[in-house]
Parts: sequence; structure tokens; C-alpha cells
Amino acid sequence: MKRLITLICLLGLSAPVLAAGGAEPPYSFKPQLRNDASLQRGAKYFMNYCSGCHGLEFLRYQRMAKDLDMPLELVEENLIFDGSKPGQHIHTAMPAEEGAKWFGQAPPDLSLTARSRGPSWIYSYLLTFYVDPAKPLGVNNVMLPGASMPHVLWQLEGWKALAPHDDEDHGGGHGPAKPNFKTLEEGSLNTAEYRKVAGDITNFLAYAAEPGKVDRQNLGVKVIAYLIGLFILAYLLKREYWKDVH
Amino acid sequence: MSEATVDGVDAGKRRFLTLATTVVGGAGAAMVAVPFLSSMAPSQRAKALGAPVTADISKVEDGARVTYVWRGSPVWIVKRTPDMLGTLSQLTGEVADPDSQQPQQPEYITGAERAIKPEVLVMIGRCTHLGCSPLFRPDADAADVPGEWLGGFFCPCHGSKFDISGRVYKGVPAPTNLVVPPHRYADENTIVIGEDPTDTGAA
Amino acid sequence: MGIQANPHKTTGFLGWIDDRFPLTKMWKDHISEYYAPKNFNFWYYFGGLAMLVLVNQLLTGIFLTMHYKPDATLAFGSVEYIMRDVPWGDLIRYMHSTGASAFFVVVYLHMFRALLYGSYRKPRELIWIFGCLIYVALMAEAFMGYVLPWGQMSYWGAQVIISLFGAIPVIGPDLVVWIQGDYVPSDATLNRLFSLHVVAVPFVLVGLVVAHIMALHEVGSNNPDGIEIKENKDENGIPKDGIPFHPYYTVKDIMGAVFFMILFSVVVFFVPEGGGYFIEAPNFVEANPSVTPDHIAPVWYFAHFYAMLRAVPDKLLGVIVMFGAVFILFAMPWLDRSDAKSIRYKGTPYKVSLALFTAACLLLFKLGTEPTTASKIIQARVGTIIYFAFFISLPWVSRMGTQKPVPERLTDGH
Repeated sequence: MKRLITLICLLGLSAPVLAAGGAEPPYSFKPQLRNDASLQRGAKYFMNYCSGCHGLEFLRYQRMAKDLDMPLELVEENLIFDGSKPGQHIHTAMPAEEGAKWFGQAPPDLSLTARSRGPSWIYSYLLTFYVDPAKPLGVNNVMLPGASMPHVLWQLEGWKALAPHDDEDHGGGHGPAKPNFKTLEEGSLNTAEYRKVAGDITNFLAYAAEPGKVDRQNLGVKVIAYLIGLFILAYLLKREYWKDVH
Repeated sequence: MSEATVDGVDAGKRRFLTLATTVVGGAGAAMVAVPFLSSMAPSQRAKALGAPVTADISKVEDGARVTYVWRGSPVWIVKRTPDMLGTLSQLTGEVADPDSQQPQQPEYITGAERAIKPEVLVMIGRCTHLGCSPLFRPDADAADVPGEWLGGFFCPCHGSKFDISGRVYKGVPAPTNLVVPPHRYADENTIVIGEDPTDTGAA
Repeated sequence: MGIQANPHKTTGFLGWIDDRFPLTKMWKDHISEYYAPKNFNFWYYFGGLAMLVLVNQLLTGIFLTMHYKPDATLAFGSVEYIMRDVPWGDLIRYMHSTGASAFFVVVYLHMFRALLYGSYRKPRELIWIFGCLIYVALMAEAFMGYVLPWGQMSYWGAQVIISLFGAIPVIGPDLVVWIQGDYVPSDATLNRLFSLHVVAVPFVLVGLVVAHIMALHEVGSNNPDGIEIKENKDENGIPKDGIPFHPYYTVKDIMGAVFFMILFSVVVFFVPEGGGYFIEAPNFVEANPSVTPDHIAPVWYFAHFYAMLRAVPDKLLGVIVMFGAVFILFAMPWLDRSDAKSIRYKGTPYKVSLALFTAACLLLFKLGTEPTTASKIIQARVGTIIYFAFFISLPWVSRMGTQKPVPERLTDGH
């Protein structure tokens, strides 16, 4: 038994060490998949700011409405812009060839980005757009240098430039280094409000990457509780029979 | 065998624990069947493809039939003429369930007409015998239908006959009338197949 | 002598069956009158658990096959379809993916048990060889299953593993094309790996498991003392240190199985990705033959072989080392020449050697999942040398030091 516990501890400790492999994103984000209000706001932002170019090819409107506790009629009136039926997937308004023509390559589908790159990556991506006159669209991104995506949230965030790092800022050793930005133009939101928007979008994309997660976890608690009960019975049964063995 | 040691064995406790573990474990094993069996039910995709279908009947001529597909099955819409409707009362003795007693239709569909508006028949085109799609034979004495015929539907697979309301004739293999799907009128000429009149769905 | 029908002379309905089919005989021979040593410890749970996981994989696999599409253009989407649209599909898929890793956890511990207590020694050589064959089949099965979701890791994993065959002199390059059925891993490759994964290899695997258990029940189970309980029987011919498998080990294994299921459920319901070890993040991007992921590593259960492959600076030699690491296992029964089976009575040199071997395996597992650096390559070389040295030195090491006398009867109860 002691050996078993040691074994479990070893497995448990080693698991989270290696996650995505690459460098940690500068801003970390932990999804709150039970925060329906945040997910609903995220869905609204996504449909308004992102869905013009990015689809969620694996998520159905109906599923989203049900999971996020949004009345289907409201979703149909306010969030479906292309006349899709509620049972259909969230397609982008932009055909792939058009996207390739405009941006050099078609904007990727975002259904699984939260699983392939991680929520922190998405969050950091949304927070690290900066003005770069060398780029065709005049904007660049720390997470994806050279990305051909415009800063669609600029009206909210405003514009900022990437400033060189102050050395004092750097040596703290608390997590990955954060890029240093200088505000060029205020947006309609302050930094905290903008981060909340970015967080809601990230949260929604984390939901979209695995819509069944919350339900599965809820079931998991019950299953494990049942198994613990069964284990107690099985243990008592084993102890009872093994009284015979001397 | 030789292990049937009697000393210090509480047979009652042993029996109880065996039973308890078996029952609890068995219940758990039965629960495990749920996800597996449920996974074979229609998926969200099948349900999305089975969403309600909207039919425009403004261009359907009197006496003609159009076919839509709902949940993969043909759904017929027939604009019935007064002559066609006239045959219904003549057949009361010929059909098995003249007044639609069997639950082969939503509760708002009743009587011999089996329709919300008598002149518009909405019906799933699938024989209640073994699922073939019957042929539309609206004219009396159609060549391929045996026996006396006042118009209706004839199943080529096993010869079941239905009248122009989909009521099954007596003495044919099919046991019940054809099924009327849930449907409602969005307006004068628009039928939503798959929704009840009480559904005020925003679609 | 011939086969005697219904040797236990049952009557009634059961008798009718037993006259025609050895139901009671099988139950008695393999369960209720199969005498197992009474001192099985923690390490003896894993054989039964491997059976449980095998059943889990077969069952979940059957249901996944109902929804999966082995087509390069549809496969990735069909996995997400299972995850989202099929009722309970995510649960079934995670049971299968977690089961793959669990299978290897359990099998590695089961194999380690054999090394501890000398379960491969005479007369159990064939049990060990069937077990090694199960391991080989399991690796093939796991690799092919890993390709099916057709994500980036699936694709590039297939690319790398199939390319290993290209190291074979003369026929290598043509062999690779033949295996793939194309010039790169493609739709044809995916389709044939699917066929092998769901039909051919499971058949082989189940057959080998039956053979493994038949061989075990023919000679009887080993035990932590490594002595033959059949050599000490009472007047009824029943081993004095044996207890019937049923009910004693059935209730014990049920308890172990439920405990295992608790751990398994924690992973399935809460961390199915296993921290990136069980399902890797880049596999959530559909296969793209023109872009290799930044960091490509095999799943953890192949990582030690992968580390060996990278440690050898020559393609053919690397492949030989890697396959050699698997096939040297088969020789185990003839390499160990100690008098005692169990580590309890073996000499200190063997204990040290096994500890070093275990450490080397763990090191190689770790290195194989990490991006490589110059110092890690040195470490991997050291690990590889220790791995092989364990086997090659065994004929001598196993006879060195003072071995303790092996007792006649089991030394501990339960």
C-alpha cells in the first residue's frame, strides 16, 4: 500500500511539468467554464469581432445556446448573422479563398485553438498587439510575430507600441517575462476592462474547444463517489474472506 | 475445498457482504451500459439534419402531390380535391381504422380527413408494414392496384393499400394507418413539418 | 486416455451442458480449483488489471468504430464529431485514449514484477515469451491507434515510425512506400492502419493473452518467494501454500480493480490529456503534411526507445538498438542463471544491477519526451548502455555475490 501511494505521488508530481513544450506565454489565463456570464459575453464578443474571419467549425449554435444557458431565440436574433439554422455549425462569414486573398493565408478555425495552443496563449495573443509600421497592416503581435491579423479590438484597447525592456522589470524571476508596452492612443476601455474582454473571449474559446467538459466533470464526481463506496464494500469483502488464510 | 475453515467465520456477514458488493457492483456495471447504448442514438448531427422543414405549398396544383424530406423520410403534401375527399366516406367500411383511433398522428389530427385543413394532406410516406414508400395512385381503378380502387396510396413491396387519407385497408399486411408528422401552418401557404401548432418557434 | 466428458459428474441442466461442453471443468480448473500461492503482494494486481484494460479497450473501441471515419479528409473531423455530437462520445473516447496509457502503465509494472520475482524462469519461459509478444503487439496496436485521429502528432508520428523501416539496407526505401501505400503517409496509410488496429492486431492480442494465461495455468503461478508451491502438497494433492483463486483472489482482484477504476476515472473525467502525456496538444491541429510541429516527441510509453534512437548517431544502428531493446527481453529466461528466482534470495550484484536498469529506464522515459540537448544525448547514451548492460551481464551478475538459501515453504502470508 505504501508503495502504491508513493507511485501515485510520483505520477501526480511528474504530470504537470511538461505541458505544451514551448515557452510559457507572458500572461496566464485559467478558464472558468462554469462562469456562464463570462462565457455569454465571450460568445457575444466572438460573434461580433471574430466570426467575420474565424469560424468554429465544430460548434453548433444550438449546443452553445444550451450549454451557456442562452435562450435560443436570443441567439438566433442577436448572434447568428448569416442566416444559419440553430443546428448548424458556426461558420465564418468569410470564404477560405477570400481570406487567403486578403491575408495571405485563410484565417484559421478556432474550434480547437484553446486545446492546441492553450488558453494562456490566446489570452496573451489578444493582449500583445502593437503598432509596427514595418508590417502591411501596421500592426504586429508578440505571440505570433508577423501574423497578418489586424487588431480588430483596437477601438476597445487603443494602440500601443512595444518598448524595450527595462532591466529592473526583468530579473524578478516570477514567471515568464512580460513585454513592455507604451500606450499610443487610449481606447474606449481601460487596461483592466480590456483584459476582462480578452479574458471573456479566451474563456469562450476554451469552452468551444471542449463543450462537454463541465458535464463530464459533474458526472465524474458522482462516478468517483460511487466507486469509493464500492471500494469500501470490496475491501470489507476481501478482508472477510481473507480471514481464512493463515 | 479444504479451505472451508469453519472456525471464526461469520457466514451471515460473509453472505451479506457478497450480496452487497454484487448488487452495488452489478448496478454500476448496468450503468456503464448507458453511455455505450446511448452513443448509438441519433447524434447532434443527425438531430440537426432532422430539424423542422419548411414547405411552401402555394404552387401545388389541386390533386397533385409534392414530397419533402424530414428526418430522412419522405413527407408527402397532397392538395386534395373535393372529389378525393368525397371518397373518404365511401370507404368507411373498407378501412381498418376509419376514425384514426390508433395513435398514428398528433392529437390535433382527427377523423377521416386526418389533416389540419381537409384539402391539404401532410403524411410520412413510409408504409407501416416494413417501411417501403408507397406509390401515389390518385386515380380510381389504377392499373397496378388490384381490386376496387378509389384512389390513394399503394405499397409495391407487399401490396398494402391506403386511401387518400392514408387509412389502411382491411386485409392487407400493413397494420396501421400511415403516420401524420407534427406540422403547423406558419401562414396560409407555409407548412413547418416537425413542429406542432403550439410551437411558436422563432424559425 | 482421451477426453472424458463431464468429469465432475454434474447433473440436471448443468449436467446436460457439461456432457457437451467443459463448463464446470473450466470453472474448476481455472477459477475455483486453481490453486495460487497465498502470498501474492501488491505487484500481483497488474495481470488482472491488464485484462480489465484490455476489455475496456475492446469495448470502447467497438463503439468508437461506429462513429469514426478512416479517411484522411474526414478522420480529424469525425473524432471531434465523437467528442461533441455523439451522445457520451467524449467519455467513450477518453476511456479509450486513457486506456491506452493505462495499458502500458499496468503492463510495465506487470513486467517489472516478473523481473523482481523471476517469473520468467523455468518452467515459465513460454509465459514470458507470450508476454513479450503481447507487449510487441500492444506497441503496434498503440502506434496505429495513435495515428487514427489524424492530428499533427498522429501524422508526424506515423511519418517517423514508418521511416524507421527505411533504415533496413537495400529494401528499406521501397518497404516504406509499400507500408504507406503512397510516397508519404496518406489516406491509404490511414485506412490500412485502421484495418489493422481494429481487426488484425486485436485478434492477435486476444489470442496471445489466451495463450499467456493457458501457459500460466499449466505450470501455476510464481510468487514473491520464487518457490514452486506444487512441490509441497497435502494428502488431497492440494498445494499446502496454495489457496483457491476463487473466492480469495477474485475478491482481492475485485478490490484492486475498483481502486484502479478510481484512479482511471480521475484521469478520464478530470485530466484526460494527462498533462500533455496522454493526449498531446499539437494533436488538436489537423494533420498537415507540409508543417512539422515545433516539438515532436512520442507518447510517453515509447519514449525510452525514442531516447535510445536519438542517442545513436547512425540511422541503421539506431534502429537496430531500438528494436534490439525490445527483442533482448525475449532472452531473459536464459540470461538469468541464479539459483533463486526471487530477488529476495538473489545476490547483491543482481539487486544493484536491477536498480540501475530501472533508473536507466526511467531516465530514458524522461529524456524521450523532452527536446534534446548535447548533455541529454550523453545521458541517453549512458542510459542505453546501462539498459543493455543489464541483460548482457546477467549470466555473470546473476551468479555473483552471496545468494540466500531459498526456503521450502512460503515465508509470508498475505
